[in-house]
Amino acid sequence: MTVEHILFFILAAVAVGGAINLILLSHPIHSALALIVVMVALAAIYLLLGAELLAMVQIIVYAGAIMVLFVFIIMLLNAGLEERTSLSRAATWVGLPCGAILTGILAWRMTISGPGPFAPGAEAADASGALSHMLMTSYVFPFELTSILILVAILGAVVLAKRDF
Amino acid sequence: MPLPFYAVVLSAILFGLGVMGFVFKRNIITIFMSIELMLNAVNLSFVAFSQMRHLLQGQVFVFFVIVVAAAEAAVGMGIILQVARNRQSLNIERIDLLKL
Repeated sequence: MTVEHILFFILAAVAVGGAINLILLSHPIHSALALIVVMVALAAIYLLLGAELLAMVQIIVYAGAIMVLFVFIIMLLNAGLEERTSLSRAATWVGLPCGAILTGILAWRMTISGPGPFAPGAEAADASGALSHMLMTSYVFPFELTSILILVAILGAVVLAKRDF
Repeated sequence: MPLPFYAVVLSAILFGLGVMGFVFKRNIITIFMSIELMLNAVNLSFVAFSQMRHLLQGQVFVFFVIVVAAAEAAVGMGIILQVARNRQSLNIERIDLLKL
């Protein structure tokens, strides 16, 4: 049990607690704040796993940009408490066991047969540098495609948000 | 046990919680948030596997997933805005235009 393990378990508890709060809290703005907690905890876990660049991208893009968009739209639409209906009670009774079974199967398959034995090889000294180099050399075509995707998404969002379409 | 092993288990738990949120919640915005939670869980498993194998391709893929999630959030918000304007409600059960 090293320091990293203890830190990881604390962060994992924070992430799972945030995710449970996201489901249990009934006001959308509380759910959004719980999701921000999950995303920040995941960014710290990325740091522990040696993915520094992704931790920063996670904070900036997810916890920053996407969640600001969520909070903005909640306030714009003035979303209140969600209504409970008979169907959502049925969903609780069917969904809870099904979700638990799905989680169990996923964890079992991913840990038993997914990773296999650990690959040999030393830890990369400069993972962020190597990742950036990879993005700009072998993955430069998908990297450029994402910019077109974002352009199309901006146009789509503008067209969708227009009042008369 | 090494750290990525637990990270994979955590990602499975978070994905399961995201699925449950998707099933339980009745508010269209919160359902969208559950989808983001599932995307995050998958990202975590990518990072964990990339750390296990000492391959950086997994992290490149997470980078692209984050970009696509950002684009998806922008378009999804536009759709939610239109639905809320047309139906005057965010409850998913009121949005039954395609129902026979």
